[in-house]
Amino acid sequence: MNRFIAFVKKEFLHIFRDYRTMMILFIMPIAQILIFGFAITTEIQNASIAILDKSKDEVTRELTQKLLASGYFSADQYLSSESEIESAFKQGRAKMVIVYESNFGNNYEKIGASNIQLICDASDPNTARILSQYAEGIFASYNRTNQAIGIIPEVRMFYNENLDGFYMSIPGIMAMILMLVSAMMTSISITREKEFGSMEVLLISPLRPLQIILGKVTPYILMAVINTISILALGYWVFGVPVKGSLALLLFECILFTILALSLGILISTVAKNQMVAMFVSMFALMLPVILLSGFIFPIDNMPVILQWISNIIPPKWFIIIVKTIMLKGGGLEYIWKETLILIAFIVVFVGLSVKKFNIRLQD
Amino acid sequence: MIEINAISKAFDNVQAVKEVSLQVDEGELFGFIGPDGAGKTTLFRMLNSLIVPDAGSISLFGLDPVKQYKKVRQIIGYMPGKFSLYTDLSIEENLSFFATVFGTTIEENYHLIEDIYKQIEPFKKRLAGQLSGGMKQKLALSCALIHKPKLLLLDEPTTGVDAVSRREFWDMLKALKSKGITIVVSTPYMDEASLCDRVALMQNGKVHAVEKPQVIVDQFMGNIFAVKSNNNYKSLLQLRTWEHCKNVYPFGESLHYLDHRSKVSEKEIENFLLEKELAEVEVALVTPDIEDCFIAFTQTETD
Repeated sequence: MNRFIAFVKKEFLHIFRDYRTMMILFIMPIAQILIFGFAITTEIQNASIAILDKSKDEVTRELTQKLLASGYFSADQYLSSESEIESAFKQGRAKMVIVYESNFGNNYEKIGASNIQLICDASDPNTARILSQYAEGIFASYNRTNQAIGIIPEVRMFYNENLDGFYMSIPGIMAMILMLVSAMMTSISITREKEFGSMEVLLISPLRPLQIILGKVTPYILMAVINTISILALGYWVFGVPVKGSLALLLFECILFTILALSLGILISTVAKNQMVAMFVSMFALMLPVILLSGFIFPIDNMPVILQWISNIIPPKWFIIIVKTIMLKGGGLEYIWKETLILIAFIVVFVGLSVKKFNIRLQD
Repeated sequence: MIEINAISKAFDNVQAVKEVSLQVDEGELFGFIGPDGAGKTTLFRMLNSLIVPDAGSISLFGLDPVKQYKKVRQIIGYMPGKFSLYTDLSIEENLSFFATVFGTTIEENYHLIEDIYKQIEPFKKRLAGQLSGGMKQKLALSCALIHKPKLLLLDEPTTGVDAVSRREFWDMLKALKSKGITIVVSTPYMDEASLCDRVALMQNGKVHAVEKPQVIVDQFMGNIFAVKSNNNYKSLLQLRTWEHCKNVYPFGESLHYLDHRSKVSEKEIENFLLEKELAEVEVALVTPDIEDCFIAFTQTETD
């Protein structure tokens, strides 16, 4: 046990004495969450819109009023014909054009249905989708208050009809940061021992492989817990992301995921010969799948079937589901026990593989 | 006692160690002398159980490094060729880390490392990365000794260390030897061979001779002439073309020349060189040292 404590102490000294490691561990997660949070914010305020009102009646005025009063939109210009729509976009000011059909109010009151067209500048798909959703929401609430059958908004995305956008959320960033801190840092710190030759001395020592591995991992579990808490705190106070479910359960799942990422890091270090290789493997083999295939940015349901299969073996996918369920939906363990078991299964496999692959000698 | 029995090891296409057999007695200071790439490090790693030999067997005080590696790792102190302590930890932190890992404390075995450690103790708060080569080496030796090993394996401990520190280091080894620790050391420096009890000359994975340094020198056949002139390089080229030349190679400020004939006088060599338009020629008979022996061994190897 003394050996183990000495080893952990040594690891902490390594971390605290290297300012670069400290930066990656503490500054980067905070920077990342702030950048992601502010740059890819889903809140839109005062987006410029243009209005083409062919009807100009009571109802359209009231609707326009409601849109502008919401705070999301500000009227940039009023158009008089369809030919002006394109130039409204080209000038780059208007993000959305609202077209009321002629006789809008008449149709609404007599037939109970009238048509409105939302034309969005989807060269920025994210904004386009959000704006159209906001507008639809406002129209829907107008419908409800007036007990009519409805205005039927017809949404069309200009320039990028498919809306290949992405949405992001705290769960994804959390998965990414924990993966980065845990997997990359451990794999680098183990390969550093190999590179500097100190692994040779450690191997000769009476330390068992499991002790070396656990000693390497323990400091990073602590670091990851600190990071998780700071991410949640930032999310809550800076971006107003609430934790609806149990905080304890969330922390438990985060630690579980951290352990998974750490075991993956160890597995990488058993394969990688030096720090460079370890870093590249961590970056490309872990970060890219996490970003692309975990559902962090691109919805898994929209992927080709093969990629959907592959996404099942991407651990962060399950973690993101868990975090979303706990944080955003407020679900308890009864909703996520399956995903939790999958994480545990991953850990068992990775730890088993790395202890087996961890060489007691210098050769294969 | 260490018994090495016909061990071999190959990496991919390189035969690093070829059928090496030898014995090291308990309490001996044994040296492996050979150039870089001779197979010394591979041999050491087979001794310390980090590498499994392809063929042959090793016995370290009755223990087999392949099967009983755990026990072997407890009785040996190993100092790899590359400085392999933690550069971001201080002297004291490094030493106490290795002491704890080996299940001991600095205080418990302080008497063993005292002579060495007290030289670097004034700087014990300094990070190991900021130490000079000689100090690093003393720290590494202290760390290898802290658990009171029976056998000390030192892989090129003096490479990259200044002459004074090297001298000191060998004095330390002699002191350790007197405490009953068996020491096996490797070095590419020929002049260090004479400081060992016995040496093994290694070249291309093979061991050529295992003897006391003096015996190796005594066994040397033929006379060696130190040749100096106003243009050593030109004399070297000229002597190489001479029909009687057995071997000639640069040696410090002069050339060492060996003749095929059993009896040849300094005058003959001098005259040959003067004929070839060289001036200030000085020829003298010298006693061979271990380096001459080594060159002779490697020469017969390549012939």
